[in-house]
Amino acid sequence: MPSLTLLGQAVVSGLLAGGIYGLLALGLSLSWGLLRLVNLAHFALALLGAYLTYQLGTALHVAPWLAMLAIVPAFFVLGMGFHAVFTYFRVTEFTSLLVTFGVAVILESLIQWFWTADYRRYETAYATASIRVGPLFVPTLEMLACLTAAVLALATWAWLRFSYVGKALRASAEDPAIAAAFGVNHRRQAFLLSGVSAAYAGIAGTFIALISTLAPSQIWAWVGVVFAVVIIGGLANPIGALLAGLLIGVSESLTMAVVTPAWAPLVSFSVLILILIARPDRV
Amino acid sequence: MSARGRVAAGLLVAGLALGGLATAGLPAFYESFLYIIFSWIALATSWSLLSGYAGYFSFGHGAFFGAGMYTTATLTTALGLPFLATLPVAGVLAAALGAGIGAVVFRVKRLRGELFGLLTLAVGFVLATIVLNTRIDGGPGVYLSAVPLPRLLSSPTGTLYLLGLALALATVAAAYVIAHSRLGLGLYAIHDDEDVAELEGVPTLSYKLIAFALSAGIAGVAGGIHAMYVSYVTVGETFSITVPLYVVLMSVLGGARHWLGPAVGATIIAASLYAFTGGQQAVLGRAAVAFVLILVILLLPEGVVPAALARWRRWRPHPLEIFTTAAVTPAPAAPAVALTCENVWRAFGGIQALRGVSLSVEPGEIVGLVGPNGSGKTTLINVVSGYYAADRGRVVLGAEVLTDRPAHEIAGLGVSRTHQIPRPFAHFTALDNVALAATFGATRLTPGQARAEARDWLEFTGLGRRAAALPHELNLHERKFLELARALAGRPRVILLDEVLSGLNPAEIAGAVRLIQEIRGRGVAVLFVEHLMRAVLELCDRVVVLNEGTVIATGSPHEAMRAERVVEVYLGKAHVVA
Repeated sequence: MPSLTLLGQAVVSGLLAGGIYGLLALGLSLSWGLLRLVNLAHFALALLGAYLTYQLGTALHVAPWLAMLAIVPAFFVLGMGFHAVFTYFRVTEFTSLLVTFGVAVILESLIQWFWTADYRRYETAYATASIRVGPLFVPTLEMLACLTAAVLALATWAWLRFSYVGKALRASAEDPAIAAAFGVNHRRQAFLLSGVSAAYAGIAGTFIALISTLAPSQIWAWVGVVFAVVIIGGLANPIGALLAGLLIGVSESLTMAVVTPAWAPLVSFSVLILILIARPDRV
Repeated sequence: MSARGRVAAGLLVAGLALGGLATAGLPAFYESFLYIIFSWIALATSWSLLSGYAGYFSFGHGAFFGAGMYTTATLTTALGLPFLATLPVAGVLAAALGAGIGAVVFRVKRLRGELFGLLTLAVGFVLATIVLNTRIDGGPGVYLSAVPLPRLLSSPTGTLYLLGLALALATVAAAYVIAHSRLGLGLYAIHDDEDVAELEGVPTLSYKLIAFALSAGIAGVAGGIHAMYVSYVTVGETFSITVPLYVVLMSVLGGARHWLGPAVGATIIAASLYAFTGGQQAVLGRAAVAFVLILVILLLPEGVVPAALARWRRWRPHPLEIFTTAAVTPAPAAPAVALTCENVWRAFGGIQALRGVSLSVEPGEIVGLVGPNGSGKTTLINVVSGYYAADRGRVVLGAEVLTDRPAHEIAGLGVSRTHQIPRPFAHFTALDNVALAATFGATRLTPGQARAEARDWLEFTGLGRRAAALPHELNLHERKFLELARALAGRPRVILLDEVLSGLNPAEIAGAVRLIQEIRGRGVAVLFVEHLMRAVLELCDRVVVLNEGTVIATGSPHEAMRAERVVEVYLGKAHVVA
């Protein structure tokens, strides 16, 4: 049995890793739950955001938060552009999975074309900074990412819950025809949401650039875990996505600490399979 | 030559030509290039058996492929079994894995569509983790370079080429046979509307399991052969996202519902990927393939092969199929029996929809089931047809107890029904919709006989000229009559009609009433749910009035409708003001 400190440290790093899962799951959960689009390209966008942050930082010495300021609006527009294509061709829930897979592969190829398949690491002065809480170390950057995820999840929840646009989106997701009869302009709101979802991918990307080592194939490593998080958290449920991210993060890192690191991937998928079989009505 | 003969001859010629090519001494490069294409053809075609035909998109095909690879790798290296002997084992193990997953997953109704896809994706990751962390692999990978390869041809690549060719041809032949069999018809129906398929008599659970096992088994054999081809098996390569995603792309590109579609798609994609091998070119090639995929899905959502066939038929009009119309008017298949419900209860959460309903319908009798909205009429039909299970009580047809039987068995015993809102199979023509019911109903006809007989039922319901129309081309009145034709085609002993008249105009109602009288004349027991009182009074021998799940009156139509309780339920209580 590992020591309490080790377990505590595992919980802390699990929570922080879970924050990134939650951040990635947030945009995916919104577009799946409210627009009925399963967006595999979301992961590719996040990675593209990470590489752009890396490029701006290493080649042009642009600070990451400035890079984020540029990436977020650019991705917002990109997300709306994708949505224009989807609506033009009347993409359904299922074909969206195939089309966005194609988009993800193209983005992956572009990334590999520009940055090659080699690992990239964005070295910053503060990359290794951490705060000491009692016997535990909390890396500053990952904590910032986790806090950002929490703030975004809360803000998105409030937006969906209280604002007119949020209510209109939820109404359209439930019954587009009836919502339209009550004067909801679903098209406009759908564009807005697609933009927001892509912008979240950009935010996640910046943090990923700062925290982890980059490789093009990283896209596929996230797919399984983040989908598990989205489903466990419940579709279009921002707080749920965050909590599920934290849950999966902690259970993975506890498995790493207590059993062995190699078995960690099994955790999220086992939880996903159990939830799908036991409570399929969650989705 | 019949279509079946042409396909068999085509596959034979292709097999002999490609097989002969190898014996004539094809350069090794071409052998391995073609082997890769054969392998993808087998994988994509096997994937489509469940995912294309029945619409259960699986992202777990790589798991079965990988199970086959590791079976062969383990058995040949650790146990020293001969390579060829491991292939059937690989197939059986992968099939068992597929059937095992299916046996759990197919019982959960909500796990269809994209949820099934994600679940199968997870299966691949789980299997990869298990293989990586146990003695099956353990991390370093498995070398098969020392495993002897039987010499079917002079070169090792020639042997693998022949094995790949044989598997690809066998898989495509199987896909053709299944597509034109009872199993295929049932799978197509599952794709369009699984609940209705079950109610029409398709044994959906066992068909899905068979398709899943077959699909996984073929992938397992393909994996076994591929283990020898790569001769070094690693978890990272085996269980990568490539296999599950490429088979989806290939099948969708070619047309996943067509038996030849996946093979065409596999050839196009595998060949074009090979053109871009090596370094940065491969990256561009992958992007180009992905771009083509996007275009195809957006522009030809049904796939290349169906689109090409449609164009060909438009260019050279297809001669209409000649039907050998059975001159006899269709008659019920089995001796007439009565349907009895005894004290049937059913609740949904806190709502008690049926509280001990008892009624019976004799052969040749029309019993009207009336009552206000929400009184439990449709629920009763759903319980009798097996869509819902009864909480208590039983439903009996002649000597057979129907309660707790799966819906397809009930349909097979001769109970058929219509749906309040017509639910035809969207990709089936009107004729095929009816033929499906004749294939899986009480008569158990072969698909060929069923199509001939379906014609009669379409004529009987006045839809003869609409036989080739797809459901979305029919208007409401035609779709209602299609429901009726489908219900009759199984040659039922009991027919449950759920508001067949609603939404029809007076002339159409008169026609439908005549039809129902004729059905009764054949000795069929009819349970007739209807709001339209005029038709109820005209048609029914007896009426059962339901309110809040309880029978409040029975008797002749006029008698029952005048009962004090019934008037009260429909019009409210008369209050005398003192």
